Amino acid sequence: MAVAEWDIKKIWMRDVKLSSNTENKNFEDSLLELEDIVERLENGQISLQESMEMFERGIKLAGICNHILQESEQRIEQLIERNEEIETCDFEQEN
Amino acid sequence: MGVYTVTGLNNYIKNVLTSEKALQQIWVEGEISNLTKHRSGHYYFSIKDGASQVSCVSFRSTNRKLKFEPEKDMKVLVFGSVNVYTVRGQYQLQVLDIRPDGVGELYKAFEQLKKRLEGEGLFAPEHKKPLPRYPRKIGVATSATGAAIHDILHVLQRRYPVDILLCPTTVQGEASADSIIRSLELLNRTDADLIIAGRGGGSLEDMWPFNEEKVARAIYNSRLPVIAAVGHETDFTISDFAADVRAPTPSAAAEIAVPDRTEMVKHIDGLRQRMESALKNHILNQKKHLEYLSGRISPDRYRELLNQRTQHLDEVTYRLASRTEYILQAKVAELGGLAGRLNAVSPLNTLERGYCVAQSDEGGTITGVIDIKKGQNLQLKFRDGCCRVGHKENLDEGC
Repeated sequence: MAVAEWDIKKIWMRDVKLSSNTENKNFEDSLLELEDIVERLENGQISLQESMEMFERGIKLAGICNHILQESEQRIEQLIERNEEIETCDFEQEN
Repeated sequence: MGVYTVTGLNNYIKNVLTSEKALQQIWVEGEISNLTKHRSGHYYFSIKDGASQVSCVSFRSTNRKLKFEPEKDMKVLVFGSVNVYTVRGQYQLQVLDIRPDGVGELYKAFEQLKKRLEGEGLFAPEHKKPLPRYPRKIGVATSATGAAIHDILHVLQRRYPVDILLCPTTVQGEASADSIIRSLELLNRTDADLIIAGRGGGSLEDMWPFNEEKVARAIYNSRLPVIAAVGHETDFTISDFAADVRAPTPSAAAEIAVPDRTEMVKHIDGLRQRMESALKNHILNQKKHLEYLSGRISPDRYRELLNQRTQHLDEVTYRLASRTEYILQAKVAELGGLAGRLNAVSPLNTLERGYCVAQSDEGGTITGVIDIKKGQNLQLKFRDGCCRVGHKENLDEGC
């Protein structure tokens, strides 16, 4: 057990480093891939080496998902039609 | 008095009736009968009460603006002016507007339209488009100043980081239906993932644009999935049925449109934990397997193996020894037999009986006189030893 925990911690540490350069990844794709990895890990049937690699990938994806959920800025725009062309501008909310 | 032509008479009557203020732009209540919807888009019908009826004509330009579809037996209020169809000398009401008479009729009109569109398959479940699970941009068709957009933004800002594209839409008054249709069209040309169309609560009349057939069709034909969010929980409109999803309120539409950020964080955390325990289990299983394998090559196990082999060796050794013994005894017995047989033919036995053997000094056996040379010594072998005898001078043949 001690070995396993140590390895997982090591991967977590790496995760921290990875999460800084993970911007251009779509939330849905990341989540789907993460869910797939969890299921494959739970099914067993893969080598330990492969499991470790998949776990590492999964931790990275979870980081990406959380990053998108927590850090994304919400843009609120208003659509304007001008001569059949669609334009947008920021929407000013009245309070 | 001159003589009227028919045309002249009808024209005169038409003139009298159309210049009479009391017959222009009036409301008449009655029940629709003999309704004919002509291909030209004009409607011809009568409205009647218990005792009487009057012909009506409603032209295409009027029909296009009607907020419901007139049906036979419907109680209506017809707004129009009395006129004369001179070709037939028939007076008629030229319709400018028709409204269902009372809430009951409004409801009936609603039910009739609903039934018709349902029959056409506009509400069919197989036509409903699924909502994207994690939308990136949501188009909203509602008023920029109403309660609906405020509620929607409030929920979306709290719930999930999604971009919002508002298409300012008139949802109150005459222009509403066309404005809603236009907004749906425009939003369908953007990169939004879905559309929320609706408005806040209000009177039955306020909701009415969302009961119009053309709005329902625009929703049905939308490329993007549409969530209809009109009024309160209890307000059901035709648009609700035509939409891919009906939300009870605009706030609820926002909640339906996106997952909850907090829930998602929990979900991801759950996935992370599952992944961690799956890996731990995997490592643990491998470790157990390793231990199992180690156990199988332990000293105890080895000693056991050795004992087994030793025992086998002992057994084999014993069998070897006993077998050798047996073979040896057999050989001894065989030897005894052979020795006996050899003894039986031995010359020594003849000597025992008192005979002797003559031999030359060279050891050859003398078997007859002929073998003896002149002057030769003989050796005589007896039972109990040998003696040498001198040579014979004269051999006596008769001896």
